[in-house]
Amino acid sequence: MTIQEIINILEADLFCGEDMLNKDILSACGSDLMSDVLAFVKDHTILLTGLTNPHVIRTAEMMDIAAIVFVRGKRPSEEIIQMAADRNIAVLMTRHSLFVACGLLYQSGLRGEVL
Amino acid sequence: METTDNVTMCQYYSIEAGNFTLAGEAAGQIKNNLKQLGIDAALVKKVAIASYEAEMNLVIHSNGGRLIFKINPKVITIIAQDDGPGIKDIELAMKEGYSTAPDTARELGFGAGMGLPNMKRCADRFVIRSEEGKGTEVELSFNLS
Repeated sequence: MTIQEIINILEADLFCGEDMLNKDILSACGSDLMSDVLAFVKDHTILLTGLTNPHVIRTAEMMDIAAIVFVRGKRPSEEIIQMAADRNIAVLMTRHSLFVACGLLYQSGLRGEVL
Repeated sequence: METTDNVTMCQYYSIEAGNFTLAGEAAGQIKNNLKQLGIDAALVKKVAIASYEAEMNLVIHSNGGRLIFKINPKVITIIAQDDGPGIKDIELAMKEGYSTAPDTARELGFGAGMGLPNMKRCADRFVIRSEEGKGTEVELSFNLS
């Protein structure tokens, strides 16, 4: 699934990462706990979260996460968008809740880590 | 400990207690160093995650400390040292889900009690030494071949 397809499914806005729309995404992780995100082992991943602090971007940086989707219409600050842009991470925002956003992507075939 | 002759590169980052704004800078720099050295991406990710966890632990739990990054042709070593307060029960601290982190850390998405277990999972070798009232040292090694 590409980032463009994720934007379509979630009816999301894109704040940065216009050059990454064709990037292939193989898995997703939905969490507000960065501690749990840091234990996620898959690659070509996106992160769905309701947290909008700089550590979300830092965590994504360490994890090589390609894109972050902020849920519930949580608009990231300019600082956050710039931080992500500097690290080649795409930033999206959807009005859907974390549960619904994850459900929509799962329904469309995206999978997570099975523990 | 390897002798200084074996160290191809060594970097030292001072980590300030409670400074959540800067937390992650050192781990980010370590990650960039490794990428520039052409280290395999999967290994870079493991070192980056463990370094970030170690750095966050210094910021959240210590009275201040340092993160040391060393690389030689065989191994990457990350050492997190602090000036206290030390860990009373290491076995308990190693338990997944056990945490003593304050709300300031939890609000940022940390303090879930996964840091030390996650560092151990990422590294090929994990050593923790701690003395209450003195300090803690975590040494992580990652094999290069």
